[in-house]
Amino acid sequence: MAARAIWKGIIRLGDVKVPVKLYASVEDRSTHFRLLHRKDRVPVRQAMINPETQEVVPYEKVRRAFVTAEGDLVLLNDEELETIEPPSSRTIHILQLLPPRAIDHRWYVRPYFLGPDEGSDGIYAAFIGALQKEGREALTRWVMRKKEYLGSLRLVAGYPMMTVLRHSHQVASTEDLQLPEGPKLASKEIDMARSLMDMLTADFKPSDYRDEYRARVQELIAVKSSGGKVKKIPLRKKPKTDDLQSALEASLRQERKRA
Amino acid sequence: MPDDDDGDQTRELRGFWSGNIAFGLVSVPVSLFSASRAGGVSLRMVDEDGTPLQRRYFCSKEERLLESDEIVRGYEVDEDRFVVIEDDELEAISPDKSREIKLENFVGVSDIDPAYFERAYFLVPDEDGSRPYWLLARVMEETGRAGIATFVMRGKEYLVAIIAQHGILRAETLRFHDELRKPEQVGLPGIAKPDSKLVSSILRAMRKLRAKTLDEDSLTDEYSSRLEKLVQGKMRKGKDVVKAPDDIGPSERESAEIIDLMQVLKDRMRGKEKDSSASRTGEGAKTKRSTLDERSKEALYKRARALKIKGRSSMNKQQLIDAIRDEA
Repeated sequence: MAARAIWKGIIRLGDVKVPVKLYASVEDRSTHFRLLHRKDRVPVRQAMINPETQEVVPYEKVRRAFVTAEGDLVLLNDEELETIEPPSSRTIHILQLLPPRAIDHRWYVRPYFLGPDEGSDGIYAAFIGALQKEGREALTRWVMRKKEYLGSLRLVAGYPMMTVLRHSHQVASTEDLQLPEGPKLASKEIDMARSLMDMLTADFKPSDYRDEYRARVQELIAVKSSGGKVKKIPLRKKPKTDDLQSALEASLRQERKRA
Repeated sequence: MPDDDDGDQTRELRGFWSGNIAFGLVSVPVSLFSASRAGGVSLRMVDEDGTPLQRRYFCSKEERLLESDEIVRGYEVDEDRFVVIEDDELEAISPDKSREIKLENFVGVSDIDPAYFERAYFLVPDEDGSRPYWLLARVMEETGRAGIATFVMRGKEYLVAIIAQHGILRAETLRFHDELRKPEQVGLPGIAKPDSKLVSSILRAMRKLRAKTLDEDSLTDEYSSRLEKLVQGKMRKGKDVVKAPDDIGPSERESAEIIDLMQVLKDRMRGKEKDSSASRTGEGAKTKRSTLDERSKEALYKRARALKIKGRSSMNKQQLIDAIRDEA
């Protein structure tokens, strides 16, 4: 079944306009739980309370405040907050065309596929053709549901995929972290670690990894739902190795035997 | 208590997960800390007088606030019929994976399509100056490899890529293969043969926008800048400003936590020599720490109120623990 579009927009590139529809390309498959009150098994509700009085404050009386560096609070009302909302628009601006991977994956948040809008098949196909020839990734900006987004736009499996990016202050960088000098590592240790890693290296095949836990959570729910008991798997105790070098030697022996 | 709410107000400088990285028979005890921050400048919920509010769970049947140990996870099997799932049951499903990230496969970092990446955590070594940590980080960074594994954290299995950069290991969660839709699953139509004239005109427009590197300035959050401007205007006029006399600046908290985290990271990377903070992590302090850690935030808050600790209403759990410890 075809997915439903979540938004419509128009990519603008000079005079060229490409009307597109946005589709989620991630499917959430995890098991969702509700939080319950243990005693009566009623789903809990969230409430805002005044911590001094422990009284619940009804939502219509809740205000928003900006906290300054000094700890002062500046109260903001809805009208004021509206004045700083971005103007609504359907335009997806292309800011830059960058070499592939120029946008580090740490900026990536969530990908969406772009499909053609009604009647835009021709220009949509031409846009894909051009992106293919150009071989680059576009940095985009748009406003969706009163929020500003930045995205990376590139072809995946022949179709345009636009990924929402994080804002600059959301990514903690280790670049400026002046690490202390580490412990001395013996060149033998480095060589052995490298050999072990070489033996374990292969191409990335995403389909080799399955979420087995998900199915077992569902089994657990089914068993408990029919009043059954669950058997617990004991934790395997592992021998502790304090000596790095002998642990590496033993690992290499073990791996060579497997190969 | 299951805490599915990663809201700003409940953030603490505490690892999301603690366990071991296993590389062959080499084992590295680590804790995971978030490497990304919530979006934008966060606004605080307050009442009409400007008192900062707390988010709490509430039972609508008994009409009262709940302590965290009164809350359990439930799965709705039928309408209004729930099966209660305890934390230890979730952990018992896969005890090994709940404690260990086993690196049995390595791939080139650039072989992983960026669409797989979800969220990044820093791996902080639990032991000061951990040699296996330094070794793993160094060899992985030099070879440009990522270790791929699956592990269980907070009742969910994650596919994860362990990546080394600047001497630090990061755990980046990846989406499972079946969580990424293919164009045909989305229902995208076949693509017609493009009109070559149209393609050329689009290419001309694209060429004008070519650049070599990402302009990181364009990644700034403009909403936050406008919000800050609005706030500054109100402060100049002194309008709607509530002075918080006994409060320290909670808006600093988040960035302060990141700075703290960086400090913790640096300290743990360092060798064994004792520094001024060593006494806090000594055996005696440890027992005290764990008993305080086990208490609910509400219990800590009550204790803080009894001790008349200033600024307690805006403290998170760790700050309360620290303040009580300082007072005692």
